[in-house]
This record gives sequence, C-alpha cells and structure tokens, in this order.
Amino acid sequence: MKHTIAVLVENKPGVLARVAGLFRRRGFNIESLTVGTTEKEDLSRMTIVVEGDDKVVEQVIKQLNKLIETIKVSEISESSVERELCLIRVHAPPEKRGEIVELTNIFRARIVDVSRNSFIIEVTGDEDKVSAFIDLMRQYGIKELARTGKVAMVRGNKK
Amino acid sequence: MRAADAIVKALEMEGIEVVFGIPGGAIIEVYDALYDSGIQHITTRHEQGATHAADGYARASGKVGVAFVTSGPGATNTVTGIATAYMDSSPIVVFTGQVPTSMIGNDAFQEADITGITMPVTKHNYLVTDAKDLLHTIKEAFYIASTGRPGPVLVDLPKDVTTADIDFNYPKRVSLPGYKPKLEGHPKQIARAAELIMKAERPVILAGGGVILSNASKELVELAETIPAFVVTTLMGKGSIPETHPLSLGFAGMHGTKYANYALSESDLIIAVGCRFSDRTTGNVAMFAPNAKIIHIDVDPAEIGKNVNVDVPIVGDAKKVLAKLKKAVEYKQRKEWEDRVNDWKRKYPLKYKKEGFKPQYVIERACEIMPDAIVTTEVGQNQMWAAQFFKVKYPRQFITSGGLGTMGFGFPAAMGAQVAFPEKTVIDIAGDGSFFMNIQELATCVNYEIPVKVLVLNNGYLGMVRQWQELFYKERYSATCIGCEKTGFEAIARGFGAIGITVEKPSEVDDALKEAKEIDAPVVIDFRVDYQANVFPMVPPGASLKEIIDEE
Repeated sequence: MKHTIAVLVENKPGVLARVAGLFRRRGFNIESLTVGTTEKEDLSRMTIVVEGDDKVVEQVIKQLNKLIETIKVSEISESSVERELCLIRVHAPPEKRGEIVELTNIFRARIVDVSRNSFIIEVTGDEDKVSAFIDLMRQYGIKELARTGKVAMVRGNKK
Repeated sequence: MRAADAIVKALEMEGIEVVFGIPGGAIIEVYDALYDSGIQHITTRHEQGATHAADGYARASGKVGVAFVTSGPGATNTVTGIATAYMDSSPIVVFTGQVPTSMIGNDAFQEADITGITMPVTKHNYLVTDAKDLLHTIKEAFYIASTGRPGPVLVDLPKDVTTADIDFNYPKRVSLPGYKPKLEGHPKQIARAAELIMKAERPVILAGGGVILSNASKELVELAETIPAFVVTTLMGKGSIPETHPLSLGFAGMHGTKYANYALSESDLIIAVGCRFSDRTTGNVAMFAPNAKIIHIDVDPAEIGKNVNVDVPIVGDAKKVLAKLKKAVEYKQRKEWEDRVNDWKRKYPLKYKKEGFKPQYVIERACEIMPDAIVTTEVGQNQMWAAQFFKVKYPRQFITSGGLGTMGFGFPAAMGAQVAFPEKTVIDIAGDGSFFMNIQELATCVNYEIPVKVLVLNNGYLGMVRQWQELFYKERYSATCIGCEKTGFEAIARGFGAIGITVEKPSEVDDALKEAKEIDAPVVIDFRVDYQANVFPMVPPGASLKEIIDEE
C-alpha cells in the first residue's frame, strides 16, 4: 500500500543524503520524493511516497524522526490535497492537433509550447488524473515525459 | 583566538580529561593547541585502536570518549570503531581532520568524504565549513552523543577552519528543534504496565544495555525485588543486576543460560527495558515468548515495535521509568513460578567437559581471582565463554561489542577502561584471532604504562566459525585454522616491552593469574587451551529459545 509522508527538515546541506541513505539502509522503497522550500526559509519540506504495510510505514516515520535535522514527520491521510505536475512532449501532426487540444482542455491541462510537429503539454492534478492524461496521449506518440513526485497538504478543518 | 585553541578549550569546558588519537597533517593545528592543554593525549598505534579506546573509556566511566584523527586514512580507519559504538549506543565524539574547504571535492591528498562515509553509523555528524559554526557544533556534538539514546558523533574539521581566528563564546545550551528526547514515560502507559505486572503470574524482566547506559541498575533491582520478577539480561545488559543476585538468571539468547531462555519462553509478561530484541537474544523471533505480553521501555521510540510486537510501549529513560513503575506496583507472591524457575536453575547450570585444558576454566578462575576486575572481551567463543563464566557484579564491569561483534575491540577498549580507572584491574578476555586484530596497541600500553591484562585463550582457530563448521558444515574447516599455537605470545609481549606468560596446563592457571594481577604493567598470558572446546548451550540458527541444546 502507498503512503504519503510529509517531512519538515532543516534546510542544511546533506539532509537529503541523510534521508535517502536512511531509506536505502533500512530497505524502505521510495515511490517518489520531492523536496522544496517552505514558508520559512530555514526549513525544507519533503513529500515522500512510500510503498509498504503499516508496520513499515511506522518504522519509516520513527526512523525519520530520529534524524537530528528532522523537525516534524506526518503521514498525509485521505483528506488531503495532492498534486503532481507533468510535462509531456507529444507528437502532434496538423491532422491530430484538434483532438489533442480538445483533450487538453478537458483535462484543464495547458499547451505551453508549440512546434512544427509537437506540443509540450503541462498537466497538474492528482496521480490518477495525471496518469489518465498520459495514457490518452500515448496514442499520439509521447516523445518525452517529465513527471514530478507528489506534493501534498492536509485539508483545513471545515467546521 | 585560533580556532584550534578554541576546540581544545571547548573540550576542557566539556570536562574532557583524555583524548585518544593519532596526529596528522590535517589535524596538526589542533594537536598544536593540545600541547599547551591539561588534557591527556594517548597516542595509539592505529586509529581503530583510538576509537575503541575512546569507546571503552566511555563504557567504563559513563563519560563521553573522545578521539582525534587526521583526514583521509586516519578518518577511514575510525569507521569500524564508530560503527561499533553506534551499534552499542556508546557516547563518543570523533574529531577528524579534513583538507581545507577550498580543496574539498577535488580529491586532494588524504581527502576522504568521512561525513558521507559515516552517515549510516553515527548518531549525527558534521562537516564544519565555516569557523563561526565551530563552537556551537562542538556543543551540539557532545550534547547529542551523551543524551537520549547515546551514540557516536563525528565532527569533520577542514584545516582552514582550525586555523581561523574566532571569538571564544562557548554556548551554554544547544538549539536543536528536531532533537528532544522524551525521558519521563507517559503516566498512563506506566499505569497500564503496572496493571499488567499485577495481573501477571510469570513476569520476567529483560534488561538490556540501556539500563547500564541510563545508570538505572539500582532502580532495576528495586523493581525486580518489589514485584518480584526474575531478571534476564541481554549480552549488553550484563551487570545491570549482580549475577550473584537470587533473581538473576544471567543472559539469554543464542549462548545464554538455559534457565534464562526457558524463563522468557514460558513467561506470561516480559518487562523489557533498554533492549532492542536483537536476533541473537530472541532466537527465531516468530516463536519468541509465545505466551507473553510485552512491556517495552526504551528511550528510542524507533526500537519499540521494530522487531517484536509490543503490548505496552513506554518511551522514556530507563532510570526514570523504572523508578515510577516501582512505585506503581506491589509485591505479589508467585510461588509456583518461582519454584519452577529455581528448579531450572538447579537442573541446568552452565557446564563444560572438564578434561584437558578448557578455556572456560581460565575464565572461571579469573572470575574467582579477580572478581571485581573490569572485563572486556573480544568477539567469538572467547566472548561467549566470558559472558557465561564471568559473573558480573556491577554495571559497566563487562564491556563487549554486542551489536557489531567487532573482533579487535576488547583490547583497545580495555586500554580505554584502564585509563578511566587506573587503580582497577582491567582484563581483556581474548581469542588468538581477535587479539591479532589490534595487537599493535600493546606498544601504546607499554608507552603509557597502562597495565591491561590480556588473557589469550589460544586455540589456534577462529573458534566460533570453527564451531559452526563442525556443527553445521560437516567439519569442513575452511580457512579457520590460523595456527596461533605456532605463535609465541609470550615473546611477542616481551618484544613490545610488556610481560608475557605462557600457560600450558590447568594447574598453572591460578599462579599465572595471581602473578598478572600483581604486576603493574601490561601482561599477556598465552593460555594454550584445547582447540576442540565449543560454546554450549546453544540455540541453533532458526530455532526458538526453547530449543536450546547442550553438548551431546
């Protein structure tokens, strides 16, 4: 089962190596990992998607917490906003362009570059949406694809 | 102030009295500063020896051990020592020299990425790239090494950082937002634990090295006597309760006592303190203590639930939690269980075949003649026999590489322990194979008049491997016969300037031990023991603790 873990760490050199080393050493599988800055400049946020049962994830969280530079570890549950971004260079000959534009609009994706034979399309969304769009684009011929890992945030309290 | 002088001054402020190490180009500035300091420096013959000595010093004294080494090979030579300290949660701080910051990453002479290399075997490590970070880094290093679950910390010092000019303002406290060990134990969990203890009919305490690290022996024994509960230790927990105490069952695990293993297997409640349920202690973990509920007290939350499922987790310092737990429980008689365990103790004592010259005999006699000596061990058969036949009376008396199982640990560790306690008798129970792995430190002992006694159980084999080959590999003794019966340890000792004694038969053992005890100099005794002796009882690999076997 996949779990999404948000890790708030001190923004110092070597922290990513420590986290990556921990996963390697303890045999945890990283599905995806994204790192970026946060609202505080001395902190970074990692969003890590881990494959494993509850016991594995419990160990992952505990071991991450042991790192001196880790400030907070939280598992992101279902009630969260999750996004990925993907850039796709798709083969787009003149006779197919209409179809591709239509699909792009349906997915609220954007064409960000147009050349003689191809588009670059930017799509954001949760994992399923991004995957579905990629699948649809395959029929036209994907020439290049770059997909980020997931970033996620727990939804605010509605009451 | 020159940064190197600031480093030495910071060490003085941390109360450091002794440093083990070897100078070199990248750390020369710090050594220059050390020249004017009151801190004693022991120059070892190998950096591995320096880190083990710092570790032994820490384990014997409870203070932080410190090592200085240079960059590159000096630093990489510390890795085994650091990993040993890491596995057994021993507080040491290792300062490594590094090439100047301008050259880092260029493959400069004697450059090694030691922070990268030691990341998985340190509790934390630092590369100081700016001299203004130096002092708070040192403060943090000592704080992290010695608090919570202790462990080794490495501080890498580029040469230009040690020559920089800085203000000396040593911080009084640290600011580590991501590091706040929980020590007190949750009151609700303690109450739940007390409830389980009061209900239990067959409670057993399993005490690990954490009890010793937290100086919680008194609290442990008081809790055991209050409940009352028998106390089984892990290898690392030896000394947490005097092994002469009526509630002590010795140590459990692969070569533990039968009664300790039976008690764990039959228990209905295990109160585990400061232990990590290692595979050597639990046997086949799926069959470990099948009838028992488990209370697990540990300062490291990641240990709880890692290897076995736990019913009541208590995150906290052993000393504090045991004291609170003691107040929450009352005496309850459990006659049937008590009789059963005492019956096992009578029926299944540790034993060995006495004919010939058996290594176990040497240890039995050493225990009799030097009962209060600090004992370090190497790794292998010598370690297990020492654990079985040396009855440990007080915490920090028994020092062994339990986690990493480092051959060559015992001798330099004994050196460190002896430096911490110059007046005590310190012995290293060694095998011929292990002793060779850091034998060069004999020169250090001679040079600084560190009167460690090395008891070499010389059987000419890498004995523990030989034992496995005999039992599980059809007596195909691949590469284990190292021929140390051809080696004259007595002459080697003399060559180093130490005292050497050779003992050929059991009748000479007492005299040799008594003589060694009286000599105020390093002594090596070469005990020419039977090579066929094996360590029993034994839990075969993959078997449960209950399936522990004797020598046929």
